[in-house]
Amino acid sequence: MNKEVVKATKNLALWTILWVASLALATFGPKFLWEENTILSILTIAINSALGAGMIWANVKHLSVLDELQKKIQLDAMGIALGVGIVGGLSYSVMDISNVISSNAEIGFLVMLISISYMVALLIGKKRYA
Amino acid sequence: MKNRLKVLRAEKDMTQADLADSLAVSRQTINAIEKGKFDPSLPLAFKMSKLFELPIEEIFQNNE
Repeated sequence: MNKEVVKATKNLALWTILWVASLALATFGPKFLWEENTILSILTIAINSALGAGMIWANVKHLSVLDELQKKIQLDAMGIALGVGIVGGLSYSVMDISNVISSNAEIGFLVMLISISYMVALLIGKKRYA
Repeated sequence: MKNRLKVLRAEKDMTQADLADSLAVSRQTINAIEKGKFDPSLPLAFKMSKLFELPIEEIFQNNE
């Protein structure tokens, strides 16, 4: 891996860690740290959104420094994850609306579905061109 | 698409990593091209052409 790719990968990892940490703070802070203080909750959500924007920018930057095969593998995996997310997410939502499932549809399941399908597609792509 | 990349690289006594560095791509990309699993873009093919001082059609041959 060349230095530019290593730098962009580390940058993306840093933004992702910061975003996940801020998401945890925004999620659990109101209950465990500041007892439902609305101003602090809005502030942490705003920080989380800003860090999320930074993470998206870092992801775009990361893609831009990859070579053509690495880019193809990443974009194929992202396309599959997006498709699985839309189809799976809407099916899951319909199951909730039509009471096929007893519990309410949770956004967390959609995030897990997208993440897992992205990782599996990425591994398959890496193996295919190895 | 078939190619003579492996032979040309051997003639220049280069490893896949050397060639990857010269072309600013990953070693995996060179390996995939040599095995015929991935066809390079036109700009990358031109870079190879320049490096080996050969026309593109002497490096890559269409299967048809």
